[in-house]
Amino acid sequence: MIPEPFDYYQPDTMQEAENVFQVLSAKGICPAFYGGGSEIITMARSGSIKVHAVIDLKAIPECKVLGFYGQKLVVGSAVTLSQIAESKLFPLLEKTCGRISDHTNQCRITIGGNVCGTIIYRESVLPLLLSDCDVVLFGKNGIRQVKISEVFDRRMKLNSGELIVQFIIGREFINAPFIHVKKTKNEKIDYPLLTLAAMKHLDKIRMAFSGLCKFPFRSTVIEDLINNTNSEIKTRIENAALQMPDLVLNNVDGSDQYRLFVFKNTIENVIEQLGGR
Amino acid sequence: MIKYEGKCIIDLYVNNEVRSVTVWPSDVLLDILREQLGLTGAKPGCKNGDCGACTVIIDGWPVKSCLILAVEAVGHQITTVEGLINAPIQQAFVDFSAFQCGYCTSGFLMVCHSLSLIHPDAPEYVIEEWLQSNLCRCTSYSEIRKAVESILPKNQNQELKDQ
Ligand SMILES: Cc1cc2nc3c(=O)[nH]c(=O)nc-3n(C[C@H](O)[C@H](O)[C@H](O)COP(=O)(O)OP(=O)(O)OC[C@H]3O[C@@H](n4cnc5c(N)ncnc54)[C@H](O)[C@@H]3O)c2cc1C
Ligand code: FES
Ligand code: FES
Repeated sequence: MIPEPFDYYQPDTMQEAENVFQVLSAKGICPAFYGGGSEIITMARSGSIKVHAVIDLKAIPECKVLGFYGQKLVVGSAVTLSQIAESKLFPLLEKTCGRISDHTNQCRITIGGNVCGTIIYRESVLPLLLSDCDVVLFGKNGIRQVKISEVFDRRMKLNSGELIVQFIIGREFINAPFIHVKKTKNEKIDYPLLTLAAMKHLDKIRMAFSGLCKFPFRSTVIEDLINNTNSEIKTRIENAALQMPDLVLNNVDGSDQYRLFVFKNTIENVIEQLGGR
Repeated sequence: MIKYEGKCIIDLYVNNEVRSVTVWPSDVLLDILREQLGLTGAKPGCKNGDCGACTVIIDGWPVKSCLILAVEAVGHQITTVEGLINAPIQQAFVDFSAFQCGYCTSGFLMVCHSLSLIHPDAPEYVIEEWLQSNLCRCTSYSEIRKAVESILPKNQNQELKDQ
């Protein structure tokens, strides 16, 4: 049972969703946008979030879009991970979503909820970072479309009451050669010790990580070092390991040293397979 | 816009019957099925989305009922293990001794039943993917797998050919 009950709203349009958010906030009620609800329900049950109302985005048509429009793949924020995996429209995203949580949960978890979640992994953002996608947001001033790098730095940085409507991915990234590796401590279904998504674009390897630090990230510094073919592979990898954007996680799932060891081995495989020698 | 504010009465379509229940909008389906409708087949395990003991079928797909609000299920067809009447997977679980203590069984039955309807031609990796959503602490995994494989039409056709 959830100790502090909350109200439920299911708007039909983006405007209605934003409106109800503002109206509730003005009354001192604390609302949250609601995708699959997996994080909101578990955190509300344990009392670790304060939420008085949820605004379910699953009836908003723009948030449910999944498909190609011209040269762009449009993925609505309320599309579930299993819909993405089963659609087979973007192989790297399919693979990444298919390894988050388990199949039954994938039928509920939304890509918007995963990217905006407070858990530190947010694995579905990795292919979005690699493909430099656009994010369509809806807030007080209506629609805005920005590059993901402008709004995702360690976590999603949205204005109050702003919701993610869609992710828009250029076709040139869809069939780029890629590698997805998820390493867990024991079980196949678990949070990652390290998840790495890598893609080759314009002859350069791009890489994004989850599970290494307390946030997912793509690092162009690490990419430049790894793509520097003038240097020995071992040297490139050692130098890359010195460029973590924050402390490497050190917990019961794996020590920082072990995670770095896994990082170096995995990167070596990536270079091998994507041809960065 | 659909709104549920404070305690409210909703109609749930469960096992082919309309059932009225009084809920808080934040009540999860698992609690309502068990406490108000007496449908105790869906089991509370972790209540955190990990174990799958609470799995029911909604519009044909497996859903962990501890991670969905009862109000979200309005207008959708809910099937609990009580609604499985002579489903082939039930006999297969008996034939293959696919349970020991039985706590996880209703959840596994629901996943396997849904799989057999949605992916009657499921290849190995799909069966594995779906079954990984549930935990069995008595480790009946290989028997459960044999049970579900036995009811997939593709294997039954093969059996007929072998006869
Ligand atoms: C058993 C289990 C295992 C898991 N394992 C993993 C794993 O290995 N890796 C991983 O990355 N994740 C994993 N997850 C998923 C993760 O923990 C979250 O539960 C999930 O990503 C949340 O998605 P949701 O759609 O359910 O979001 P919700 O719970 O609905 O929302 C999450 C947050 O996002 C906000 N939000 C939702 N949609 C939007 C939107 N469109 N715009 C703005 N804000 C929005 C909400 O307000 C809330 O703050 C696991 C979950 C479970 C239950
Ligand atoms: S009780 Fe729902 S998944 Fe464990
Ligand atoms: S039979 Fe005991 S938990 Fe599965």
